[in-house]
Amino acid sequence: MAHAAFYGLGAYTSALITLHFGAPFLLSTLMGMMAAALISLFISLPSLRLHDDYFVIATFGFQMIIFGVLNNWMDVTRGPLGIPGIPQPAIFGWVIRSQIGFVVLSSLLAIFAYSIVYRLSASPFGRVLRAVREDEIFAQSLGKNTLWFKVLAFAISAALAASAGSLYAHYITFIDPTSFTIMESILVISMVIIGGAGSPWGPLIGALILVILPEALRFVGFPSTVAANLRQIIYGILLVLMIILRPRGLVGRYGFGQ
Amino acid sequence: METFRCNGLNKTFEGVHALIGLDLEFPTSGITAIIGPNGAGKTTLINVLTGFLRPDLGHCFLGEHETTELLPYQVARLGVARTFQDLRLIFQVSVLDNVLLARQHQIGERLLGALLQFGIANEEARNRDAAIRLLQFVGLEEKINELAGELSYGQQKLLTLACCLATEAKILFLDEPVAGVHPEMASRILFLLRQLREDGKLVIFIEHNIGIVREVADLVIVMDAGKIIAQGPPSEVLERHEIMEVYLA
Repeated sequence: MAHAAFYGLGAYTSALITLHFGAPFLLSTLMGMMAAALISLFISLPSLRLHDDYFVIATFGFQMIIFGVLNNWMDVTRGPLGIPGIPQPAIFGWVIRSQIGFVVLSSLLAIFAYSIVYRLSASPFGRVLRAVREDEIFAQSLGKNTLWFKVLAFAISAALAASAGSLYAHYITFIDPTSFTIMESILVISMVIIGGAGSPWGPLIGALILVILPEALRFVGFPSTVAANLRQIIYGILLVLMIILRPRGLVGRYGFGQ
Repeated sequence: METFRCNGLNKTFEGVHALIGLDLEFPTSGITAIIGPNGAGKTTLINVLTGFLRPDLGHCFLGEHETTELLPYQVARLGVARTFQDLRLIFQVSVLDNVLLARQHQIGERLLGALLQFGIANEEARNRDAAIRLLQFVGLEEKINELAGELSYGQQKLLTLACCLATEAKILFLDEPVAGVHPEMASRILFLLRQLREDGKLVIFIEHNIGIVREVADLVIVMDAGKIIAQGPPSEVLERHEIMEVYLA
């Protein structure tokens, strides 16, 4: 439930480093990813000893804490005033200003994130993660330090969310805490549930559906204000239907609640 | 091989004494059977020795290493493998992947190793060969690509044994390895236990079937109410009338 918190941490870290130190986009994105991974340890080390619902509650608490910090640490984040004037990304001197340029940059970052997830899941590292998910006690009996694997998985997930945050900050050029609320975390979880967990393709397909669907509604003729509200209703209906009819999602290998 | 021993082990669950001042030293190899009525503390003993439970009092040692405070994965890395009474495997992955998972010190299990993939292919090929040899040993070579969850109960027991062996452990704790399996499969498992004895491993197993204990065990430990009430060769211990009375009770 804390994905939006890491997304926000990546956005704020990258924006602040760029504005205060003039760091290039790739370096500030890397710093944002590292900051999110590091901060994830503060939540994962104590809370990964919790299980199931209790872990979800702990991450929910972390999400609220980060939102509180972003909203109240006026000296650094400027609170609700947000941070304006974030420079557009520049890579080796090439400043990306056009929509097409952003499409290319976003696609490259998505491919980078996907290739990391794919490599990990197809490796012996991924085999251990699957074992931890299915039967942690069995994995421990085979000499696997399951807590360490969970901490690493959490840190990788936080770092990848942070890279998206950095991209968002440099695309919109303004960030404030309202972009990183629990609703964003729910959106990410919806993508995983609809696409399917346990497969690198699942969240990708879920993201495509949940991003494209509201855009498609506008072509149907709904005004944008109605389409925005309809989006929440459609998410809700899709989530309920998927959980009941297809707990594994569209292409997932792991069923929620099974 | 190092000796596994414990002294003064106590474990209580909400006022119920599962282990009471238990002193024990296992032989360095061979087959040891732990028997006793339900609630005697047999599984609790294995859980304590393998790090899944912390004793309230007492100490465990593997050679010079004190294992009392170690976590299960740390005990396993010292060369102690175990199976569980409620059969545990990764049912959603293949038979081969279950055995590959059990291999120790894999570069591909490290984050950087997995990301850079340097040397992973060779390591996987070596581990795969070793895993196939183990599956041939237990008689599951024709099932390597099937999901573990699709095997019969007896085959799953064989797979748990293969996983234990894949860790290259010298000490194996098996919690009721032949319970609930077909007699033919039980014979196969007992044959494998004898093979492991020949390889110099120490196999410690919990068993309720006295006939099986007589057949394969070199040493039998009898537990009752959290204590060891007798130990010795089966031919001596199982002939004692008072022991059988406790057991049958």
